[in-house]
Amino acid sequence: MSAADTIFALSSGAPPAAIAIIRISGPSAFAAVQLLAGRIPAARRPSLAKLYDPIDHALLDEALLLLFPAPNSATGEDLAELHLHGGRAVVRAVERALAAIPRLRPAQAGEFTRRAFLNGRMDLNEAEGLSDLLLAETEHQRRAAANMIGGGFSRAIGGWREELLHISALTEAELDLSDEDDVADQNTNVICDACNRLAEEIHQLLQQPQAEKLRDGLRIVLGGPPNSGKSTLLNALAAREAAIVSDIAGTTRDVIEVPISIEGIPLILTDTAGIRNECGDPVEAMGIARARGAFAGADMILWLGPQGEGPNHPAVIEVDTKSDLAADRIKSGDALWVSGKTGAGLAAMVAEILHRARGMLPPADGFAVNARQRGWLTEAAGALRLASAADDWLIIAEQLRLARLALDALTGRAHTEDLLDTLFGTFCVGK
Amino acid sequence: MKSRFSPDFDIIIVGGGHAGCEAAAVAARMGARVALVSFQRDTIGAMSCNPAIGGLGKGHLVREVDAFDGIIARAADDAAIHYRMLNASKGAAVQGPRIQADRRLFKASVQRQLAATPNLTILQGEAAALLFTSETSQKIAGLRLADDGEISAAAVILATGTFLGGKLFRGEERLEGGRIGENSALRLADQIRGAGLPMARLKTGTPPRLDGRTIDWAALPEQPSDGGCWTMSAMTKRRAVPEVFCAMTRTNHHTHDIIRSGLDRSPLFGGDIQGQGPRYCPSIEDKIFRFGDRDGHQIFLEPEALDSHYVYPNGISTSLPTDIQIALVQSMPGLAQCEIIVSGYAVEYDYIDPRALDHSLAVCGFDGLYCAGQINGTTGYEEAAAQGLIAGMGAACRLLDRPMPALDRSNSYIAVMIDDLVLQGVTEPYRMLTARAEYRLRLRADNAATRLTPLAIEVGAAGEDRKSAFFGQMTQRDALISALTDHATADDLARAGLPVKADAGRMPLIDWLRFPVVTVKALLTVSRETIAFSESIMAEVEQDGRYAPYIQRQEAEIRDIAANERIGLPSNFDYGAIAGLSNEMVERLSLARPDTLAAAARVRGVTPAALAAILVHAKRASTHASQAA
Ligand SMILES: Cc1cc2nc3c(=O)[nH]c(=O)nc-3n(C[C@H](O)[C@H](O)[C@H](O)COP(=O)(O)OP(=O)(O)OC[C@H]3O[C@@H](n4cnc5c(N)ncnc54)[C@H](O)[C@@H]3O)c2cc1C
Repeated sequence: MSAADTIFALSSGAPPAAIAIIRISGPSAFAAVQLLAGRIPAARRPSLAKLYDPIDHALLDEALLLLFPAPNSATGEDLAELHLHGGRAVVRAVERALAAIPRLRPAQAGEFTRRAFLNGRMDLNEAEGLSDLLLAETEHQRRAAANMIGGGFSRAIGGWREELLHISALTEAELDLSDEDDVADQNTNVICDACNRLAEEIHQLLQQPQAEKLRDGLRIVLGGPPNSGKSTLLNALAAREAAIVSDIAGTTRDVIEVPISIEGIPLILTDTAGIRNECGDPVEAMGIARARGAFAGADMILWLGPQGEGPNHPAVIEVDTKSDLAADRIKSGDALWVSGKTGAGLAAMVAEILHRARGMLPPADGFAVNARQRGWLTEAAGALRLASAADDWLIIAEQLRLARLALDALTGRAHTEDLLDTLFGTFCVGK
Repeated sequence: MKSRFSPDFDIIIVGGGHAGCEAAAVAARMGARVALVSFQRDTIGAMSCNPAIGGLGKGHLVREVDAFDGIIARAADDAAIHYRMLNASKGAAVQGPRIQADRRLFKASVQRQLAATPNLTILQGEAAALLFTSETSQKIAGLRLADDGEISAAAVILATGTFLGGKLFRGEERLEGGRIGENSALRLADQIRGAGLPMARLKTGTPPRLDGRTIDWAALPEQPSDGGCWTMSAMTKRRAVPEVFCAMTRTNHHTHDIIRSGLDRSPLFGGDIQGQGPRYCPSIEDKIFRFGDRDGHQIFLEPEALDSHYVYPNGISTSLPTDIQIALVQSMPGLAQCEIIVSGYAVEYDYIDPRALDHSLAVCGFDGLYCAGQINGTTGYEEAAAQGLIAGMGAACRLLDRPMPALDRSNSYIAVMIDDLVLQGVTEPYRMLTARAEYRLRLRADNAATRLTPLAIEVGAAGEDRKSAFFGQMTQRDALISALTDHATADDLARAGLPVKADAGRMPLIDWLRFPVVTVKALLTVSRETIAFSESIMAEVEQDGRYAPYIQRQEAEIRDIAANERIGLPSNFDYGAIAGLSNEMVERLSLARPDTLAAAARVRGVTPAALAAILVHAKRASTHASQAA
């Protein structure tokens, strides 16, 4: 696929919605607008226009147009936005009209982001933040992703990097300028403490939940023997949030996955249906070996089986679905009582799930760290710990260099000159 | 018209400073016919400023030039009257050998070594203009001298130091010149500026020289020579010149008041000097101005020669008026009666933006023109000598059609410096620092020969004596390493008096070197080896073993970069056409002309996003090119 193509895509989430935004990016973006609207409006000024199908001249919609010429657009290319009245039919008609224009084609997943990245419109963190944003299906995800793009993450790293440069400068002064009397001997203890402090701060961030969870959703597995009421409960949960159930996907023979979103929190309900066992014992019937796989990947387990016999997992919620009357409860006090049929007790269970889920997801006003970023941060923290444990200045300096490399890999802003600037900004040296 | 001076040469070098001498010597060693043109025959090899060679980072450069059989290290040994191993208490990778030289002995040694080099002719005169094959050509044909004599050659190396458009400043005084009492190269500067090379100004300075007979030495703490037996050159057998001691004094509040009282008469603060000076080598007035809260600055008093009473006060470089210089000197302990023989001054000079050069220091867009030394925006003898070596080898390799030795940031400080210069340019006079070398652990002053002499031999820069000395050392080194392949346990080591952790199992002896208490000497008592190894070989192998895990890790890093080293970028690449690169990046990349993607990544401020865009455009350009073909 050539990058010289002009691409378009619906960029505002699935219709129906109040407004649907179609973005067109590439060298023919403005020509496409000309074809549909009959004119090219002024850059960066919203302007209303009637859009007609270029082939049969049928009126498509009355839309708001916004043009961003290259390179100052989100993708670094000529970029047009068509704000349509969001009906499904309208959007489809406009997409069809665009696809008929030569050199225009629908964008592939993530292609806008990739172009923006390739054209130097964003650094790697921002690119990753944005690609998460594009994937974000829920409000919670959108807010956390926006925070990373706004640079919250880059700012945090920037702060650490500055501190790291400072520690490095002290170390380099000891190595490169120790013959200058104006540079007082550095104390390894001071360096060691500073390294530890910084490692601890990075470590704190690493303790936070991962970004992937935010994007993919928390996995909630319903467990219990056959006929323990799993499907009824799953359907009740899904039905309660029917408006946002987006798909019933990934159906394997054994596992049903239902992505839903409750109060902006993405969840994947998983029913271990089909897990059966030929021998008679109902507990053995769980087919423990197979179930273990499903449970291992769970963030939370709703256990519908006999009390205390659920899998070994840090987040098991005991649920009692067998009785439709509170008086008939089988499980003890702290189990949640739910009636799949009447819906009684469901709200309390949802509240409990959300309460736990919030603890597992990054706070929406913070930023989430993805696997790549975790890798580099772990490396930086590790190098800092090794630096603090060393007493050879050369090793300290080498570990600090590795820590700088790791942080620089995150922001892509690397240079020894930055270190020297800090060095000479701190010390009066020279004979 | 050919004059009486006009024999034909392969390469002409302009300037008999540290860069020029090294360039002339290496090109001649490689077999080129070389002429070295300098203002005055008797200032060839002169030290303009501090009579010291080596130091942190700089000592590495000296050893590396020596590994190529260069002349600076031997000249330093011939002249050394005071030795100090800087950072002696730290790992060998940052130890910096530094000597103080008897100026006259140094210069004499350089001149003697040049005279003994075959194929090398020294010509006294002023280079006035470069000659090209035609008026419109950029191909070098030779050189015109100030007396109108012309000499022809296919390559010219400019190593004119601070002399291009050199201007001296002292208080209200202004003089033309590159060094006190010497000419400035004005005509050449005019021509070069006219040739469209990117030029700018830098400045540096030097302290007054004191009369040692008027110093109260007894009142001052001494700094003795270090008493060891190391030398600068691997070829020097033993220290031969008597050693002297230096003394230390300090500036004080009174000194600082005197300096402040003169600031309004300083050309530095009056705005007369536009060139940027070095941050790490500031004048004393700069230090007081910027870090005035300090109660004093240490000053070293260094004798300039055995048979002279000139003393170099290290730490008070200045261009204040002479009366202030006298007062400030006399305000310090031990110097109350001290007299100044020559006052300090600042020099401002033209330099060529080194981003106009390639990695062999050839000027891009010209055929046969090279620049080396301070003219490229560096400071220091060692930096100059190392560049002279590269330019001399570059010109000779081109002429003799040999590949340049494979120097890169992972095998030498020389390459770190060259790479920094041609990719980043300079904003202040460039000085070597160990912090500039990312693979510092591998690049030690003590293993320069092991790292580089094989390359020197391959390119033909090493003479017979050097080769046989090197092969002798390598035989020893190999024997030592093989002796250390024997295996031993912690108990074996404990019996030899080495207290190491017992849980490491049985390992080759050499692996035990990772424990700081373990020495090669002690390991040899464990092994059955009976050969006596030289101290220097043992020290080198010990350091290799000590840092082996870190060095292996760096090797992995170097391999990662290698992929980007293989992606070439054309020198006429249009960075402006890549959407999304900031103007600053476009400017830096266009000036630096990185020849690979890895080099582009090293240009300051270039982000991974930018690099991805460059890669995409380079790919697109090469597909277009191959489609067009
Ligand atoms: C005043 C002063 C202060 C300095 N202070 C410091 C310092 O504090 N720290 C430090 O590290 N370094 C300092 N230096 C720098 C150090 O001396 C130089 O970096 C080093 O000598 C540069 O070597 P070079 O070979 O490039 O040039 P130079 O050693 O300057 O040699 C240039 C040679 O070229 C000859 N020449 C120039 N033009 C012509 C021409 N047109 N025709 C014929 N011959 C020509 C000159 O006669 C001279 O022999 C100082 C230099 C000066 C002059």
